[in-house]
Amino acid sequence: MRALEIEQLDVDLGGRPVLRDVRLHLDRGELVGLLGPNGAGKTTLLRAVLALIRIRGGRVLVEGKPARPGRSGIGYVPQRHEFNWDFPISVEHVVMSGRTGRMGMLRRPGVDDWRAVGDALDRVQLTGLRRRPVGELSGGQRQRVLVARALALGPSILLLDEPFTGLDMPTQELLGELFTSLAREGRAVLMTTHDLVAAVDSCTRLVLLNRRIIADGRPSDLQDAELWTETFGVSATSPLLKLVRAA
Amino acid sequence: MSITDFLTDLLNPDLAFLPKALAIAVMSSIVCGVVGCYVVLRGMAFIGDAVAHAVFPGIAVAFVLQGSLVLGGAVAGVATALLIAIFSQNRRVKEDSLIGVFLVATFALGIVIISQAPGYAGSLQQFLFGSITGIPDRDLYLVAGAGLLILGLVLALHKEFVAVCLDREMSRSMGLPVFWLDIALYVLVTLAVVISLQTIGNILVLALLITPAAAARLLTDRLGVMMLLAPVIGGASAVVGLYLSWSYDTPVGGTIVLVATAVFLTAWLLAPRHGLLVRRWRRPGGQEPTDDPQPEQRSNPARVGPSPTVG
Repeated sequence: MRALEIEQLDVDLGGRPVLRDVRLHLDRGELVGLLGPNGAGKTTLLRAVLALIRIRGGRVLVEGKPARPGRSGIGYVPQRHEFNWDFPISVEHVVMSGRTGRMGMLRRPGVDDWRAVGDALDRVQLTGLRRRPVGELSGGQRQRVLVARALALGPSILLLDEPFTGLDMPTQELLGELFTSLAREGRAVLMTTHDLVAAVDSCTRLVLLNRRIIADGRPSDLQDAELWTETFGVSATSPLLKLVRAA
Repeated sequence: MSITDFLTDLLNPDLAFLPKALAIAVMSSIVCGVVGCYVVLRGMAFIGDAVAHAVFPGIAVAFVLQGSLVLGGAVAGVATALLIAIFSQNRRVKEDSLIGVFLVATFALGIVIISQAPGYAGSLQQFLFGSITGIPDRDLYLVAGAGLLILGLVLALHKEFVAVCLDREMSRSMGLPVFWLDIALYVLVTLAVVISLQTIGNILVLALLITPAAAARLLTDRLGVMMLLAPVIGGASAVVGLYLSWSYDTPVGGTIVLVATAVFLTAWLLAPRHGLLVRRWRRPGGQEPTDDPQPEQRSNPARVGPSPTVG
């Protein structure tokens, strides 16, 4: 069974078509980069997988079952600016907040919950900072907190929305290594990104999206310049294409 | 007036309204302090203001009908909170504009209603600025009961409120009922406002909600500590404020708010980590101490030199 199956997905937002006939499959162990310009529907696709928006047609299967909020084994890592970093809370409690839905109303964290939080913090190497207020963390550390929060549910699928945005090269590299190893441990990882270099470098597969899937393959298979010009709407002389060829 | 005189007055059976006012002021300050933490951390002070004003027509109706002011205010406040929550689902009009509409409209409605009651000028002043006399015993129990209910609900829903406060999108994806949690929080804010009206008054009640929580936020980076500190600051401000108001014959609501504001200003200047003076003293440049710590790591000699990631 595939970790994630998206079949003939159509999504409208505000009456306008955003995604058309999207077909995408993910297996455990894959790290797939979802590339496309602004407004291509990358985040919308993630939200459709999370069942946060109504889909017009097609279906999304997570581990063979239709996606439902709170029921699917999906770990979601939203863009960093979605999170309220001014909140007076420590790293470990943020990670614990990822289990709020699982714990249920009126329940307090138990031994299992704390164990899951400890494991997630270990996995992203933040154990030493577990009591630090999140407002004092750097960009890269913040991104790792959000990844740990998603991991606290023990998901088989990870969805990462623009994890590299606003981070410097060394930090991107460390995160890329983390995502690669998270995938190798048997998770299906899907990440949207603007960052071509980081994506080509770390992803096992790239998906070019602009309202529909334009290409889907290993980075080395996507040498055809036309695919990139079509996805990003750039001219044939764009520096983007030089980057693609170099990578 | 000395503290002893104040204590004597508190125990004087002829001044039975005084301990009652003190009890209500302290209870409502504690409840407002706790609920105010969410209001401050979510940046929804404007919603608190709207609800505080929305309570007014309910009180006016209750006054005209000779009913319980607390109950009347609660009904009107909750109704407005629901309206704001429902209307704000439509993204065409932003939440703050909507609140602006309801805030003034409900207050206007209250003024129109209360003007129909004979001798309204005196009671209007009492609603707006608070008073320590004329509190019925019934309200004392109502405030105590409502206060316990609010604190109980906060305890029960704390984990969910925090999750929504941190990250709404993630909360939705976890299957939390974000819309209903918003409504629950609005209703809690409304109830906290309503039980505070009696002593503090309609105009100043927002201060009870925001000021102690904001002062507590300056003093700590731990949510648990903040939610203990805020009610302590609020409760202490109520006691000191009532004492000063009784001694110098100043309006009680205004005095309590000024005491709380003094605490806030002190915290702003002297807080151990975020205080203005402490920051100045620690860093002559006055920079934020929480800047990105990574540059220090990167200036480590081992990492200087041509980086393998470039090119």
